[in-house]
Amino acid sequence: MSRTLIFKDIDEPGLATIDVYRRRGGYGDVLRKALQTPHEALVNDLKASGLRGRGGAGFSMGTKASFLPQGKMDKFLVCNADESEPGTFKDREILQKNPHLLIEGMIIAAYAIGANKAFIYIRGEYTQQADVLEAAVAEARSAGVLGSLDLWVHRGAGAYICGEETALLDSLEGKRGNPRLKPPFPANQGLYQGPTLINNVETLATIPIILTLGAEEYAKIGVQGSTGTKLVSVSGNVQRPGNYEIELGVSSREIIYGLAGGPADGREVKLWFPGGSSSPVLTKDDLDLAYDFDTLAKAGSMLGSGAIIVVDDSNSVVDVCLWLAEFYRHESCGKCTPCREGTNWTVKMLERIQQGVATPMDLDIMASVQEQIIGNCLCVLGDAMAMPVGSMVKKFREEFEDHLERARLANPLAGDQPPVVDPVLIQGAVA
Amino acid sequence: MTDVKRFSNGSRVPGWDEAVDLEKDPATVPDAATTEVPAQLRAHIEELVVRYPDKRSASIPAMAAAQEVHGWMSPTAFEQVAAVLQVTPAFLVSVASFYDMLDTQPYGSRRVYVCTNISCSLRGGRELLGRLQESLADAEDVQVRPFECLGACDIAPMASVDGVYVGPIEDAEVGTLAEQIRAGADPLPDKQLVKRACADPNAASTS
Ligand SMILES: Cc1cc2nc3c(=O)[nH]c(=O)nc-3n(C[C@H](O)[C@H](O)[C@H](O)COP(=O)(O)O)c2cc1C
Ligand code: SF4
Ligand code: FES
Repeated sequence: MSRTLIFKDIDEPGLATIDVYRRRGGYGDVLRKALQTPHEALVNDLKASGLRGRGGAGFSMGTKASFLPQGKMDKFLVCNADESEPGTFKDREILQKNPHLLIEGMIIAAYAIGANKAFIYIRGEYTQQADVLEAAVAEARSAGVLGSLDLWVHRGAGAYICGEETALLDSLEGKRGNPRLKPPFPANQGLYQGPTLINNVETLATIPIILTLGAEEYAKIGVQGSTGTKLVSVSGNVQRPGNYEIELGVSSREIIYGLAGGPADGREVKLWFPGGSSSPVLTKDDLDLAYDFDTLAKAGSMLGSGAIIVVDDSNSVVDVCLWLAEFYRHESCGKCTPCREGTNWTVKMLERIQQGVATPMDLDIMASVQEQIIGNCLCVLGDAMAMPVGSMVKKFREEFEDHLERARLANPLAGDQPPVVDPVLIQGAVA
Repeated sequence: MTDVKRFSNGSRVPGWDEAVDLEKDPATVPDAATTEVPAQLRAHIEELVVRYPDKRSASIPAMAAAQEVHGWMSPTAFEQVAAVLQVTPAFLVSVASFYDMLDTQPYGSRRVYVCTNISCSLRGGRELLGRLQESLADAEDVQVRPFECLGACDIAPMASVDGVYVGPIEDAEVGTLAEQIRAGADPLPDKQLVKRACADPNAASTS
């Protein structure tokens, strides 16, 4: 049940150049035809394809495009190539190997919403990919395929929160990447206060594929509510980590074991994140869930960015939980209190557990901290820590208690010493 | 007594802010005509500015360019970018301090980021960080620091050496890698991400 649309011939030498891309039919009839279709018909096509956003929230792409006001004002299209959700590396494959597919998708999307200016916000760490992308944009510009679209690549400088759409806009305006209060949504007031459509790399790169197949044909791929194919990044304790293109709705076991080879011999899956580190964890009992938006949501988690992180039974859930919380503490922008303080205290409590100076009551406090974060923040970064941490404490409570007790027994003096933050992992510490 | 590690502010936890020199007046927008800016840097920033409806949008790429020249965002670097963009240095400092890749301290102009996020930690990323830091402790102008997920979990454990992604880095390769970094040589050429084929078996089929 695997179908290759985006990854078709992805490793063909020279695919990143316009000549090879054109030889394979790119920037051809599909583009010409799209640019002659009335805007509204094009947006309706995107709606009919059932394409849901591939960046995390899974919102219907066509519906979002239809929210932009009609009219002649300056409108913007922004491609979200920040790809910082832990476990996610799928956009990288497109950016590096088939950048023209993304550019063609952006030309069509910009035309559909009537935008004449577009940016690709790429994370600063992807220097090699940004170089390829910039060269591709320059090629497209000099070949005249961009038409009147003014398209630029904008490099970020290292901040997970800049993947959040409104933080991305602030960052693109040259400011600190703090999320904005919504509403107003970017469709009404986005970049420089103008109507703005923001979509993920994979979402935009799928547009030429939809138009090639026809929206109705595309909608037949996958399952109801989750149409099409999805790039899935599989990493962690699997034998063949990497990007795979799957038809939505295949079983998760097929992806983790069939494609990625599962954990090493003699090991088994202990827990897995189905959609990046922000998704509540699932266990080995959930491996037969169909991998699509609605099934995973019903199971209490989410498909998110399509990044599966597998943790096998040789690892301690407390370690994983701490690594996770450390990440969100580092990346919290600090704008709202529950997230800024909640991420910090969660790390501290987990460190106490590790050092043997916690009591079982700390587990309850930690769980309640998570509950107080959820729904009380400006953006969902806070929830993105609270939900997986909460799910780990709930599903592996016994292991947390065991770990806590063993660490306490191993450290009888711990009660007399204050817990120490490990400064090695925080920049700026001196020995 | 255990030897407690402390941050430069004397605390066991990192401070949110760097101390401000209260003796000094706030800097104003530097004079564009009299501030010396390397010609190439000026041209680069001016080229960036025209891409955006608002010049301030260029501040992050402009600082990245200045950091290339100066090795870090030194006061001079801020001054130069501020002069070309015609904004206050304080605005730029506030922005730079938000982003992990812009250094407001001279940690070293060669940057080695070792990923310590979940997928890499599951495969030895933290041990790799420790060993690289140890091997390169005396290497001049090289910073080796932990980093969040770099978007290359398929090659875990991995590192970015001045932007070049390498991995999976085996234990036996750490010594070689450290020497290559020290010498400024191409890091582990066979292990670079850009040379890696897509894992999907169906992607290879040409039809
Ligand atoms: C903390 C946070 C980080 C995010 N990071 C990314 C990211 O790196 N890439 C991305 O495409 N979307 C990211 N998103 C989702 C975006 O806010 C937005 O929903 C998405 O770019 C919309 O595109 P789509 O509809 O095509 O998915 C993030 C959201 C949050 C809350
Ligand atoms: S939830 Fe966290 S990251 Fe989001 S705005 Fe609030 S403090 Fe910033
Ligand atoms: S976890 Fe290390 S690159 Fe993603």
